[in-house]
Order: sequence, then C-alpha cells, then structure tokens
Amino acid sequence: MYELTGIRKYFHRGAETVWALDGVDLDIADGEFLAIQGPTGQGKSTLLVLLGGLDRPTEGRIVFDGRDLGRLAELQLAELRAADFGFVFQSFNLIPTLTAQENVETALVPFHLSPDERRRRAHQALVDLGLEDRVGHLPSELSGGQQQRVAIARALVKDPKVLLADEPTGNLDEDTRDEIVGALEGLWRNRGLTLVLVTHDSWVARRAERIAVIKGGRVNYGDASWPSTGREPDPELVA
Amino acid sequence: MYLTYIRRELRRRSKQAIVVAVGLAIGIGLVMTVSATSTGVENAQLQVLHSLYGVGTDMTVTKTASAGSGGPQHFSGFGGNAESAPAAGTQISRNTLRPTPGSATLPAADVSKVASLSGAAAATGGLVLTDTSFSGTISSATSGAGTGATRSTGAGSSFDISSFSVDGVQISKSGVGPLDAAEVAKGSYFSSSDNTAMVAIVSSSYAGQQSLSVGSTVTVAGDSLSVIGIARMPSGSADVYIPLGTAQSLAGLSGDVTTIYVSATSAANVSSLAAEVQRTVPGATVSTSAQLASEVTGSLSSATSLATRLGKWLSIAALAVAFVIAGLLMMAAVSRRVREFGTLKAIGWRTRRIVAQVMGEGLALGLVGGVAGIVLGLAGSEIVSLLAPSLSATVGSSFATGGGDFGAFGGGGSAGATSSSPAGGGLARAFDSARTVLVHLSAPVQSQTILVAVCLAVAGGLVAGALGSWRASRLRPAAALRRIE
Repeated sequence: MYELTGIRKYFHRGAETVWALDGVDLDIADGEFLAIQGPTGQGKSTLLVLLGGLDRPTEGRIVFDGRDLGRLAELQLAELRAADFGFVFQSFNLIPTLTAQENVETALVPFHLSPDERRRRAHQALVDLGLEDRVGHLPSELSGGQQQRVAIARALVKDPKVLLADEPTGNLDEDTRDEIVGALEGLWRNRGLTLVLVTHDSWVARRAERIAVIKGGRVNYGDASWPSTGREPDPELVA
Repeated sequence: MYLTYIRRELRRRSKQAIVVAVGLAIGIGLVMTVSATSTGVENAQLQVLHSLYGVGTDMTVTKTASAGSGGPQHFSGFGGNAESAPAAGTQISRNTLRPTPGSATLPAADVSKVASLSGAAAATGGLVLTDTSFSGTISSATSGAGTGATRSTGAGSSFDISSFSVDGVQISKSGVGPLDAAEVAKGSYFSSSDNTAMVAIVSSSYAGQQSLSVGSTVTVAGDSLSVIGIARMPSGSADVYIPLGTAQSLAGLSGDVTTIYVSATSAANVSSLAAEVQRTVPGATVSTSAQLASEVTGSLSSATSLATRLGKWLSIAALAVAFVIAGLLMMAAVSRRVREFGTLKAIGWRTRRIVAQVMGEGLALGLVGGVAGIVLGLAGSEIVSLLAPSLSATVGSSFATGGGDFGAFGGGGSAGATSSSPAGGGLARAFDSARTVLVHLSAPVQSQTILVAVCLAVAGGLVAGALGSWRASRLRPAAALRRIE
C-alpha cells in the first residue's frame, strides 16, 4: 500500500533548519496495523502528516497505491484525503459549535450526499461506536473518551482505506485509553483497513502487528538493523 | 450543514459578530441618512425651482426694466407734488395691478416666435403681477408737507396696505408654465372660453388665509373675480391665477407678457435653445433652470453643500472604517480557527469549500449589519425630517431699477403704518414672494437607497469574508495541525 523511499523533511525554525525526517524508508502493507513509536519531537507526527498527504516531503517518494503523493496536485490530494484517509488526532479536533452527529457529517461533505443520507450514515457511525445517546451533544458536553470516539466515527464514516491516528490516547486516562485502543483494534480487524498509529506509549504500540521506532528522523524496526548512521536505538523505545 | 455551521459559528463569536454588524450598520445607516437628506435637499431645490418656474419649464424669458425707468411710482391722483396733495382727513383707497418691480414687459407675439424655434417643445406667456391695495386717512400732521416721495411717511397717518401675487396664465395646457402641473384640489381648471373671463384659481395656502372657497370672489385690481378652483401649489407660488387675457385687461397691459416659459425638446439642447431664444428676443434675460439652481442661495444652498460635501465624506469614512474593522476581525477570527480549518482540510474539505464557509459567515454578518443599517437609516431620515428646520432659498435678483408701486413709502413707512401690512413691509413682501421660498426639509428614503444599502451590506460582508478567506486559503493543513502538537 505505502512505499516510502529516502524521505527527508525539514522545517525552518528561525534561521535554523531542522530535519524532522532524515532518510526514512518504510513499506506498509495493505491491511497492516503499524505503530510508530518514539520520543516527542522525533518526527512521528511529521511522518503521519506525509502519509496522509497533508504535506509533501522535501526529498524522497511516498507512493500510495501506485501514486506518488509528492507529485499529486492539491486537488487530487484533497480527494484522496476525503476518500481514502481517515484521521484521528490527539486533541480530537472536533468542531466545537457542531454536535457529535454534525461533526461526523463534516467528513461526508466532500461527497455531496443528500442531507438525509449524510445524516443516516453519520448516525450509524456513532451507533457503531456506542454513542447513539450522544448524537445531539456538543463536544463540550462529552467526556474525552466520547469525544475521541466521535473523532473515530468521523474518520471511519466514509470507509477509508487507511486510518491514521496521531497519539489517539495521548489525552486520555488509562481506562479510556484501553477502551479507545480496543475500539480501534476492533475496527481494524472487522473492516480490514490499514491502521497506522503514532504513539509514545509502549503499551499501545505493543497492540500493533509491527512497530517502527522513529528517532532522530530515522526509522528502526524492533527486529531490524538501524540505518547506516550506526547510531544505537534507545532500548526503552524498542518493543 | 453549510447554514448550520455559519449560524453556530456566528453564535459562538456573538460579541465579535455584534461588533462587526454594528460597525456595518452604522456605516450603512449613515449612508442612507445622508442619501435621504441629499434627496430631501434636491427635492427642496426642485420645489423652489418649480414654484418659481413651474413644473416642466426648462427656461424663462424675462425682461428687466432699464435703469431708472422704475423710479418711485405712485397711485394716480396721489403724490407727485405738493399742490395735488390731499387735504388732512382725506380718505384714500386705491388698488393697482402691476408687474413685479424691476420687470418689464415683452410683446405677446414673442411667445409664438419662441415656440416656433427648433428645439422648443412648448412656450407659453404669462404676466407676473402684484395686486396692491392701499387705504387710509391723511392726518393733519402729514398734510401738505414735502413732496410726494417723502411727505406721506410722517407719523400720525394710518394706512392699510395689502398685496398678493397674481399670475396671468395661458389657459390652454401646454405642459409648461407655473400652473400647468398644479393639482386643482377643488373646483375646476379654466375652460377654453375663459381667456378673458373674470374667474380665478387660488392657491390653497392663500385660500386658507383669506377663507376663500370655490364660488367665493376675490378682488383683483378692484374687480371681483369668481373663484372656480383651488390648487395645491408649492411654497413661493403666486396666490391667485387668472386667465392671461383677463390679466392683460386688468393690468392695462394688452398684448404684453412679463415672462415666457419655455420647455426644450430634450435636456441636452437647453443651452443651444437658450442662445437661440436670446437671439430671437433681443434684450431679454434667458434663465435656464440650471442657472437658476446655481443662483439659489440661503440656508437651502448651505444644506446642499453640507449634504454633498460633509455628508459624502462622512459616509465614505464611516463605511471604510466599518469595512476595515469587519475585515480585520474576520481575519483574526480565522487565525484563531487554524486547527479547525486544518482539520477540515485533513478530512478532505477543499480550500474553496472552506473559503465559501468563511465568505458565508462574512456575508451573513453583512446582511445582519445591512438590516440593522436600514433600520438605523430609516430612523435617521425620520429624525432629520422631524428636526430639520425650514430652509429658505433666495434666487439672485436683478432688481437694479429700484422703485415700485410703493416707492413713496419705502423705508420708513412702517413707522406710520398701523395695519399688519406696513407700507415698507408691503414692498419687501412683494420682493420676497417673487424670489424667496421657504421649504421644509424632509429626508425621504427612496427604494434605490435601500437597494444601495443592501448592496453595501453585501459588499461589506464580502470584503470581511474575502479577507478572512484569504487568510484561510493560505493555511497549510499540516501547519495547522502542527500547532497542536
């Protein structure tokens, strides 16, 4: 599904150039559950953003289903994001003025469905995540776990090929974390989608089929050798 | 979803939305009020011109009396020299019908000459006259003293003087002239056989003052005329209208007119027609409505200047400030919603959809501000109409020849006058009724003004939305999401 070759990405921080990713090679198979783990500020989220077509690499190629995301026009990327990628964020990123159901409906706006069809699908997505009694509630009226489940419903209501989750449990307590990870895992198994989950939580990472550890802008696999830099991985970060 | 999102977002930012809407409302309300006031001033000017000219008239042709020809005039058998002076206790009662002081007559044949000019749609002749009544008793103190020009001003004499304006008009309606467009509220207009009939149409204001009604009689030059109609005339119009033939007969001006009213075939050829008329009637004064308008002075002129200059710039400044504030607040609002828009882009919303959302919010604010602005504008125009004082307009006069029917009483006449119409005042009133008009300023809101207000509201909303959208369109989704790491 994904083939990443020699991905480098830098940002400017004042006069300084910061390499967030410094030569990442990564393959992700169709239907795989991959956890990307690593300390804060090491490029995990940057990698997820590139996988979701939200940004382009400075160097290298990201091929998704045969298409180089770095070469697609913004409009084509928007279509891909609408149809194939679902995002779940650490801070839920729900629209505060819209109800749970309306938030889920926002993901269906690009499809130009009839209002009835949009409402029906959004409602069903919320029911699937056990939120049938919260459809009319604003985000501020929901707990953290409920908000994240609304965000997951929003990501999955359009039946994407890939679910990209950026620290989905980062703002949740332990019980809620288990609940959310369980929900994601269940959806991955039942729907056969590809799940890429960024986390710094080893417990969460261990639920994945495979773990990629990212540090200093490079990726290591738990059972693979480090790239040619010769730097040793942090043992605590390798599951 | 689109409207729900707009509504909820504006409700969330209600304080900011109110500031933007109020700002736009003040700007739009001010524009409406100024525009309505401007319209009111224009209407007042038209009213002035119509009262002096008559509706539909593009120019008038008059002749000014040559210098010195007016001289101090006097009633026949009264004044002139000491030998003919009446004795003390003599009862005086005279009535005259004369052209307005300073004006000379033109041959009535000039009317048809002007009417036949190419570019002239219609021309009609008229006699602008003043009927003056004088009565009183010569006291012993004034008898036999001095000359006719001065001796009647002494104290002790008691005179009643009254005057009213009379227009002799052609009775065939030609679409031009002082009475032609007037609405005869009661009674009827002249019939085709009335050219020399002893009939009159009086203005409603004069009818009110004199308690006249259809069927009453009004005395003109000492003769009784039957009132056949009462017409609604603008302020400053003549008090009594009579057929031209009757006026010529009563004033002893057979075959003469004082004014030729002319309408042009189109507004574009008024100037060329005026030049042609000038050649056709040598020595005459040709005044176009544009010239007359430019000669209007007094508080009406000041109001026009205020409305067009201060009002215009005040409106522009208020609108500009409102637009800028609305735009900046929208940009600030978008900046605070970076994560929200980044999220929407991440889930597949196109930039143009987000731009449309922000534009929609701006437009909604503009419309709310527009509605409030229209209410403010209507209220403002009502307040202007309620509080505005009556404005006076004076058209520059060429009364260089001086003198008049009551030249003998000029200046100090009021000292000896006991009636409500002192001698000196009589002349002043004759002057005023011809050249000065009082109009009440109203500020009518026209449908075009409301349309402009709606357009301004939409424009304001779009400006605000465009600035916000510009900010939103420049957001990169990754940068937006990175802010929350």
